[in-house]
Amino acid sequence: MINELGHYALVLALAVALVQASVPILGAHRRDAGLMNVAPVTAVLTLVLVALSYAVLTRAYLVSDFSLKTVWENSHSMMPTIFKVTGVWGNHEGSMMLWVLILVLFGALVAGFGRNLPATLRANVLGVQAWVTVAFLLFILLTSNPFARLDPAPLEGQDLNPILQDYGLAVHPPLLYLGYVGFSITFAFAVAALIDGHIDAAWARWVRPWALAAWTFLTIGIALGSYWSYYELGWGGWWFWDPVENASFMPWLAGTALLHSALVMEKREALKIWTVLLAILTFSLSLLGTFLVRSGVLTSVHAFATDPTRGVFILAILVIFIGGAFALFALRASALRQGGLFAPISREGALVLNNLFLTTATATVLVGTLYPLALESLTGAKISVGPPFFNLTFAPLIIPLFLAVPFGPLMAWKRADLLAAAQRLYLAAGIGLLTALAVMFVATGAPVLAALAIGLGVYVMVGAMADLVQRAGFGRVPAATAARRFVGLPRSAFGTAVAHFGLGVALVGIVAATAFSSEAIVTMKPGETQTIAGYTVRFDDVTQATRGTYDADIAHFSVMRGSTKVADLTSSKRLYTTRRQPTTEAGIKTFGFSQLYLSLGDAQDDGGRVVRLWWKSWVTLIWLGALVMAAGGFTSLSDRRLRIGAPTRRRKPAGRPVAEPAE
Amino acid sequence: MRRVLAVIALIAVVFAAVTPALAVDPGEMLANPRLEERARAISAQLRCLVCQNESIDESNADLAHDLRLLVRRRLKEGETNRQVIDYIVSRYGEFVLLKPRFEAKTVFLWATPMVVFLCGAGAMVLFARRRHDDPGAQRLNAEERVALENLLERREGDVSG
Repeated sequence: MINELGHYALVLALAVALVQASVPILGAHRRDAGLMNVAPVTAVLTLVLVALSYAVLTRAYLVSDFSLKTVWENSHSMMPTIFKVTGVWGNHEGSMMLWVLILVLFGALVAGFGRNLPATLRANVLGVQAWVTVAFLLFILLTSNPFARLDPAPLEGQDLNPILQDYGLAVHPPLLYLGYVGFSITFAFAVAALIDGHIDAAWARWVRPWALAAWTFLTIGIALGSYWSYYELGWGGWWFWDPVENASFMPWLAGTALLHSALVMEKREALKIWTVLLAILTFSLSLLGTFLVRSGVLTSVHAFATDPTRGVFILAILVIFIGGAFALFALRASALRQGGLFAPISREGALVLNNLFLTTATATVLVGTLYPLALESLTGAKISVGPPFFNLTFAPLIIPLFLAVPFGPLMAWKRADLLAAAQRLYLAAGIGLLTALAVMFVATGAPVLAALAIGLGVYVMVGAMADLVQRAGFGRVPAATAARRFVGLPRSAFGTAVAHFGLGVALVGIVAATAFSSEAIVTMKPGETQTIAGYTVRFDDVTQATRGTYDADIAHFSVMRGSTKVADLTSSKRLYTTRRQPTTEAGIKTFGFSQLYLSLGDAQDDGGRVVRLWWKSWVTLIWLGALVMAAGGFTSLSDRRLRIGAPTRRRKPAGRPVAEPAE
Repeated sequence: MRRVLAVIALIAVVFAAVTPALAVDPGEMLANPRLEERARAISAQLRCLVCQNESIDESNADLAHDLRLLVRRRLKEGETNRQVIDYIVSRYGEFVLLKPRFEAKTVFLWATPMVVFLCGAGAMVLFARRRHDDPGAQRLNAEERVALENLLERREGDVSG
């Protein structure tokens, strides 16, 4: 009964969303305040209904109600409670529910925080947002009903995929979705502006916090996904250029470009058309990712591909939204008047350059991901596009961008002095070069390119701080004055500096982990030792254990430096009994920024075990860098000037009298 | 297959069988470290045909194991990296290459980054130049000049009055 209530709430949410998708836009067209005011009410109501439905589904998982098909397929009564809760989104149906829940949550947030938006813009934004809600609610109800019943209900569930029984799953998808789906707001803003035919700097000011929030969550989501696969999949790779990874990386690249172009639009009213286009593109890439993952076109071996209607349905959503938005764009873009002028050498110019590189990088990833598919359907020829291709094409695009990053914040708006900016980066460039030399000196035989790339990362890190230091006036005015000025700098300046710093950190991590890691693949018997990167690893013994839904062989190792023991390390092979599926749990120990990574292999005939050992140099910097970037995003988000509504307070009295006579 | 799980797919997936990726066994490795290093480099370029976007260096599928042995055998016989790769392509087709060759059917793939970049850069230059040359954006027309003069005069009048 209670499950039917959840299903019913979802149907009701669809009905409310249909109202939200039509009435406010009609109201905006007729300048009817009454009709427009339907938008926030329906937005909150949809959230309440979808949340209710989601809560019902979660309850079914918690009480192991195997009469629901999805619960039976993806849960087990013996699973820890946390995995029952996270298991809700560990499958197609439930993850779509989470997708829609976050979508309507964002809608309600716009309704709540957007009181200072012009009435027509808010009505149009919420209306467009509701179109997306309608499409995905229809998708869930027609092809992926999470409340489908089984009769008779099975006694025990089939267990959740063991790889997904992990804390990584608890946080990774929700954060990723907050990013993905968050870009639906910028999309809605862009389409609303096109419907309205009017767009200005204020628009960019309202859009930027949403874009920034979505970008920040996406950054954390991707980083966590990367770390999760690193420790869970058992051989220490952290990025594979897999189509599914690319699906999340493309919106990130486009979203990064969007953040920067919206900045130009907000400050200078330039790049309007381009910013609107990027907003549409970013969400289109999010939708494309959803399609690629769920339709099975790229991962055709997986079970979810067995239902072609889902793929066709999402493809239809994709075509309607992307096609519709671009058609609208083609019709209306010329009506958007261009704003401020700027010289090629200027802050605006630097941000345009940033967009050029990021857009090209996005296009490269997009074409690389889809090319095999397109080629096969057109000519029948099968080719593969894998990591060697992406590494080769992506690096040359990104390295010039890294060189340019510290310049951006040092350039003046409208017209800047490149030489002056370069002079302010002498210190950063010097420190970077010294680092490169030091790396070559310390790690003799190190690849020169790797040393230079680490130097580049350090240059980006130091250069990111140059803007703050110089704006505060350190070295020019007394230290106390400079410190006071430093504290008073706007948060957005700190946000930029921190995010760029994080980029440098991540680069150093990527290069170091790629170039200076070492590996040992050996067969070991208990008592034997193996040295790696100055550490001695001793294989102590193997114990057996049975826990909850799996049996495990747990191998114990001691890590020694010289003759002193510095750490214990365990790595295990598990067999999940319900699915007869084995997994490997790697043993990881962090030393400074580096990690010792140990992965237990199969038992050999002579009683030994295959043991794979890696020393991953500075590998944690990769994810720390991403987290620092996200911290920059949050810092910038806390800027008073960006806080939603702050810029519009003065407009309010002017807006009111226009709206009131209509009532 | 590994990473398919990792980003979003995990959400969509009811996986039948995922075995952890554990590749090269100690028994497979060549005694000569230089040859072994070359074998690893070649392996990273070759796709495990029965896996999801995995190289044979990363996969523990039987086919990947056989291919790793094959690569090492050919290397031991003194073949160059190129010869080994050519041999494997002749047996398994171009699908086995993770980095496709540059040829007629992959022109668009390889050209995309350069073409997009150049088009973008070209558009930027054109745009900047048009802006620069656009006289309308720089100078005032007669009407505007009169209006401006009027404004300035009125202001002077205000100041003096």
